[in-house]
Amino acid sequence: MDFTSFLIQILNALQYGLLLFLVASGLTLVFGIMGIINLAHGSFYMLGAYLAFALSSLTGNLMLAIVIGIPLAFAFGALLEKLLFVHLYKRDHLQQVLLTYGLILIFEEVRSLTVGDDVHGVDIPALFSASIPLSDNLSYPVYRLVISVVCIALAVGLWWLMQRTRLGMMIRAGSFNREMVQSLGVNIDMLYRTVFALGVALAALAGMLAAPISSVYPGMGGSVLIISFVIVVIGGIGSVWGALVAALLVGFADTFGKVLMPELAGLAVYLLMAVVLLWRPEGIFRKG
Amino acid sequence: MNSTVVLLFKLAVVAALVLFPAIGSSFYVEMVAKVLVMAIFAMSLALLVGFTGLVSLGHAAYFGIAAYTVALIAPEYEAANLWLVLAASVLAAGAAAFFIGLFVLRTKGIYFIMVTLAFAQMAYYIFHDTALGRSSDGIYLNVKPDASIAGWMPFNLDEPLHLYYFILAAMVVVFMLLTFVLRSPFGRVLAGINSNEHRMKSLGYATFRYKLAAFTLAGALAGVAGFLYAVLFGFVTPEYLSWHQSGNVLMMVILGGLGSLAGAVAGAFAFIGLQEMFSDWTKHWQLLMGLVIVAAVLFMPSGLAGLPRRIFRMVNWGEDDE
Amino acid sequence: MSEAMLVADRLTRHFGGLTANLEVCITLERGKLHALLGPNGAGKSTCINMLSGDLPPSSGRILLGGQDVTALDSAARSHRGVGRSYQRTNIFPQFTVLENCRLAAQSRRPRPWRIFTDAMKTRDTVERAQAAIVEAGLGGRETRKAGLLSHGEQRQLEIAMVLATDARVLLLDEPLAGMGSEESAQMVELLRKLKQNRAILLVEHDMDAVFAVADTITVMVEGSVLESGPPAQIRNSADVQAAYLGEDEHG
Repeated sequence: MDFTSFLIQILNALQYGLLLFLVASGLTLVFGIMGIINLAHGSFYMLGAYLAFALSSLTGNLMLAIVIGIPLAFAFGALLEKLLFVHLYKRDHLQQVLLTYGLILIFEEVRSLTVGDDVHGVDIPALFSASIPLSDNLSYPVYRLVISVVCIALAVGLWWLMQRTRLGMMIRAGSFNREMVQSLGVNIDMLYRTVFALGVALAALAGMLAAPISSVYPGMGGSVLIISFVIVVIGGIGSVWGALVAALLVGFADTFGKVLMPELAGLAVYLLMAVVLLWRPEGIFRKG
Repeated sequence: MNSTVVLLFKLAVVAALVLFPAIGSSFYVEMVAKVLVMAIFAMSLALLVGFTGLVSLGHAAYFGIAAYTVALIAPEYEAANLWLVLAASVLAAGAAAFFIGLFVLRTKGIYFIMVTLAFAQMAYYIFHDTALGRSSDGIYLNVKPDASIAGWMPFNLDEPLHLYYFILAAMVVVFMLLTFVLRSPFGRVLAGINSNEHRMKSLGYATFRYKLAAFTLAGALAGVAGFLYAVLFGFVTPEYLSWHQSGNVLMMVILGGLGSLAGAVAGAFAFIGLQEMFSDWTKHWQLLMGLVIVAAVLFMPSGLAGLPRRIFRMVNWGEDDE
Repeated sequence: MSEAMLVADRLTRHFGGLTANLEVCITLERGKLHALLGPNGAGKSTCINMLSGDLPPSSGRILLGGQDVTALDSAARSHRGVGRSYQRTNIFPQFTVLENCRLAAQSRRPRPWRIFTDAMKTRDTVERAQAAIVEAGLGGRETRKAGLLSHGEQRQLEIAMVLATDARVLLLDEPLAGMGSEESAQMVELLRKLKQNRAILLVEHDMDAVFAVADTITVMVEGSVLESGPPAQIRNSADVQAAYLGEDEHG
């Protein structure tokens, strides 16, 4: 493989990993802070993609769609938490698994009823539709770079939120001692609702960003979900930093796996997980 | 509840199943056969989830591996020997469970749920994408296996009725086997691990080995179900290993109530019954199924097996808890 | 003749920057009860966890009957004759008292391959469980669900389970915790009987009980051994009294 192709693969791996990080970060936060396993998390990614499709068809502009879509997703997440997930805090993992599995079925069918089962495309915004030429016959799409930049910005934003704001401090404290945080006057219900809604919004945003590249199709939630689980396992529950490292590892394993062993491409990620399990069964950056 | 009453009830159910083909059409006989196979699948998972406390979200892998073994071993246009194929598929499923168990049992809680799902997905991809699975659309078992032992043929699986009773017998055998296992010393250790694994360790039990044994046994029994399913329908696809399949069987176990083998069987009947009923009503039957699942978790956490006790308690106010 | 059954040799345990135990040495002898005292945070829990195998030491050795068992986990040590009871009741609440002890007894003869045996009818495990139940003073409560026992009875069950494993070295973590005076007196009597053929380590806060039954007392403060010796020596030690200033009025 010549250098240019290699560079392209690296950029792809980075972009894929960063996108996965958006999805996985919400998942690991909800696990780590509220102790809930949510199988329907992939559906939020799908929700984002379909929102992007619907809103950009309406407005003709993906960026506008994203600006409108994020608050919608956040509100949806808050509503879902208030109505349903609040009941899961006291239930055991098995019941959480089953209820959220039921949710997946509901979300999929509602999607099927409202927008149908067709595969849809979403246009890349004109502003980013160019490609940067890297060599005589190879170029790299600007939009993919934009995705990576947006994800990095969000990662920094998340870090700042967690480490430098009061909300972040409450989030980190809430994961260690719910009663104590409550006794300090923090409204733990609102805190949980915010964290959950944030997770939904991040996953939805990832779906919106990915829509032009991966198209919008039924079942897109499923594959993302399982990969996100692998990322959380590798990175350690509750660790956003771990999710970033693991997501990048997965992005690279998957991208280069496809290049090096195309027949077994889907397996590369699971082999990575198996290796990590042998070495550190609680994730590389396991927290509390 | 009085154990004699329970026993009589179970015998009545078996009798009903034995007599069913006399009154049911061949369509329904095949459907009940399918439910019986799923009942075996559900019981194998109940051993893990209900009795040992290991929530596996990847149990379909062993079901599918056994099913694929049947289809791959069998010659294309001849009958394979039933007993050999049965042994081979159960062994394949059990070996896979043993191997995967070595990895996944190093984790606990949420991690365990996720890694079992991930490993099953890995198995799914192996059959979907690689040459092992031959085609991502699935493969056929063209000829049903031959049940001869040294020239004598006790039954002929080409006859739907023989096949039905073979499956029913298998279910009863698995039920009895698991009943024995659960009250054996081994089974009591699993119950202890479910209740308080830390204490079991400090009492001197090598809990990892017991969990691995349970995981392997559960995988092997899921293999029995996979084997039967392949023989019954003659068609095997990668979807047999999908996480939807894993989710469905988990649903059967909880629908029937944890900690009860009979509950797992009831759960299989209930789940498939609902599935058939809903898909008659609408092509979007999964929506109804999803609503039932959500409602069941919210309002009926002890499942169907908990129902008799709840009704019993309602009828006898103030009945002492056992 | 006292024989050293368990020897802890310079056990040390760090948790990140915190040193919970520093070079702790303890010897447990047959027929003797060795009490481990100290204010809260002294490191007693860490110490007993290392002895039972629930926590690996950062450095140091543990010898059981002369053999180095430091690398063995709690299950393996249990088979070498170590039994541990826990400060926070650690039983099987949904099982009966008999089943709790029977499971404990079964660990000695697991018979995992006997699929067709009804575990609850295996004579030797039931008899051993029965004997342990009686020895711990719970005779007559066999069929009660463990979770429904009174607090004191649950503490007794903790001990019964350990006895059912035929443990020769008992590590008892605050068995008297939360007990009234009559129950405590019964427990002290039990401890006196138990030490006859066994070596016992007793972590406790109840000073009356400790001084009634201990042959040796080790006092820990902030992770290290402050002083170790016979009860009279400890009772009169100025260092120990200073360490306990503001705590219990005894000692």
